[in-house]
Amino acid sequence: MTRQFLRRLAALLPVALGVVTLTFALIHLVPGDPVSAMLGDYAAPADVAQMRHDLKLDLPLWKQYGGFLAALAHGDLGQSISQREPVALLIREHYPATLELAGAGLAVAIMIALPLGIIAGADAGGPGDIAAMGFAILGISVPHIYLGPLLMILFSLDLGWLPLTGRGGFAHLVLPAVTMGTALAAILARMLRQSLVRIGSADYIRTARSKGLSERAALLRHGLRNALTPVITLIGLEAGGLLTGSIVTEMIFSWPGLGRLLMTAINNRDYPLVQGCVLTFALSYVVVNLITDLFYRAVDPRIRLG
Amino acid sequence: MIRRNPSLAIGAVLVALLTLAAIFGPLVMHTDPFAIDLSHVLAAPSRSHWFGCDSLGRDLLARLIRGARLSLGVSTMVVALSLAIGGLIGGAAALAGGWVDGLVMRGVDIIMAFPGFLLAIALAAILGPGMVDLVIALTAMGWTGYARLVRGEVLSLREREYIEGARALGARPARLLMRHLMPALAGPVAVQATFGIGGIIIAEAALSFLGLGARPPTPSWGNMLDAGRAFILVAPHLTTAPGIAIGLSVLGFNLLGDGLAQFIGHRR
Repeated sequence: MTRQFLRRLAALLPVALGVVTLTFALIHLVPGDPVSAMLGDYAAPADVAQMRHDLKLDLPLWKQYGGFLAALAHGDLGQSISQREPVALLIREHYPATLELAGAGLAVAIMIALPLGIIAGADAGGPGDIAAMGFAILGISVPHIYLGPLLMILFSLDLGWLPLTGRGGFAHLVLPAVTMGTALAAILARMLRQSLVRIGSADYIRTARSKGLSERAALLRHGLRNALTPVITLIGLEAGGLLTGSIVTEMIFSWPGLGRLLMTAINNRDYPLVQGCVLTFALSYVVVNLITDLFYRAVDPRIRLG
Repeated sequence: MIRRNPSLAIGAVLVALLTLAAIFGPLVMHTDPFAIDLSHVLAAPSRSHWFGCDSLGRDLLARLIRGARLSLGVSTMVVALSLAIGGLIGGAAALAGGWVDGLVMRGVDIIMAFPGFLLAIALAAILGPGMVDLVIALTAMGWTGYARLVRGEVLSLREREYIEGARALGARPARLLMRHLMPALAGPVAVQATFGIGGIIIAEAALSFLGLGARPPTPSWGNMLDAGRAFILVAPHLTTAPGIAIGLSVLGFNLLGDGLAQFIGHRR
């Protein structure tokens, strides 16, 4: 297991390096001069030169890249221009809120997807299937940017059950988590249904049925565990969507996380901060995929041994 | 048809309605989506303004229809571009094989290790506002999926007997591609592209919502939703109308994609 883990970790290195390189390249894609974009057209030449020096944009590209990697290895992401604080510090302050939101969104997604997928899969073609999958396709089609305001109107303004915006206790978490989790729930439920239907015709299910279990009991008691493996893979693949969905969700609910930090940085043309936020999001996605992979191995021994 | 494959039928109707509205709507409807009318600020839906008016008294229906043009235009263009780029790269990698294939697909893996929407946000933020930049940002997010799909399909098709037969008869690569590979690829690619348009409609709306896509006064469903949020207490129809427009369009493309997949699955 440890060797497997190390091998997976080693395979991850080029991908992580690629992500870092792509992020580094971003600031060099700014049309014209990023420094005059940040300071405006009427900046004093001395200020422009100073900032160019501070951001190391006056060095040759390969030196900039080397310096970026070396600083990154020390956890240094540079200095935020608009907030005059280290980027790494700002990210450390905002990251937990985003993790909390993404975790809650994932929990909501799983809580909705499991019953929905099981109802549909155990009753394929029946009314339960049609209702559950109808709900699922609606869930995929409603965008965050509409679901968020819709939930606010219903549960905060009309019913007054939940707070409108901000971060606080559990009550603050509900609406943003549902906003983030619904689309994922629908995707996972569809996958679970499909996978249960496929497993329904497997030999071991037929054996379980022939020893007297009802069709539903055979499927749920023996098939569910196997049906869940593709769902777990899909969670990993969709984690990127969950993380970036938090950007929109945080803007809707004024949630003080990384997504809002990124949008503020973009609006202030604070490129070092933009770079730091983008890198944190992207590396989180890489790490989540590693975790999914390891979890997947733990659930399915065929992969572990193979 | 409707009985056997309701997804396909409902999806096709929704997509057809959206397309008709986008193409002919602005020609049939003479209300100016940009005309400011301060006597109708935040007006509720009425006979003269079916969907009400926004915070500047502009007719919401006219703006929705103009937004449909943008939404559908941008998403079809992005999917067509993604498909062309991804298909070319994926197909070429599969046909070349060997280290070229390995190298190209490693590159695709690295870009895919970047959450797509994040890449689009970063590019849109860096490149600045504007339709061309929006299309570039969304295409950068979308093409890798098609590259993988086309490569996978070509690799599996290459081993089929009829392709081998054609090759044995001396068919050149170009003929092989046009006569034998393309028709077999069309099905799965059409399914993914249909879902893709729905995905890009959502992504475009989200970018515009975040202020990184279409800039006001150009009406896009995303920036209309964003503008409506400030008046959610007094005029919820400002968010509801574009929200439902996005939802129905995406639903249409998702149902159509489901239906197409089912249709192709039956034929195979």
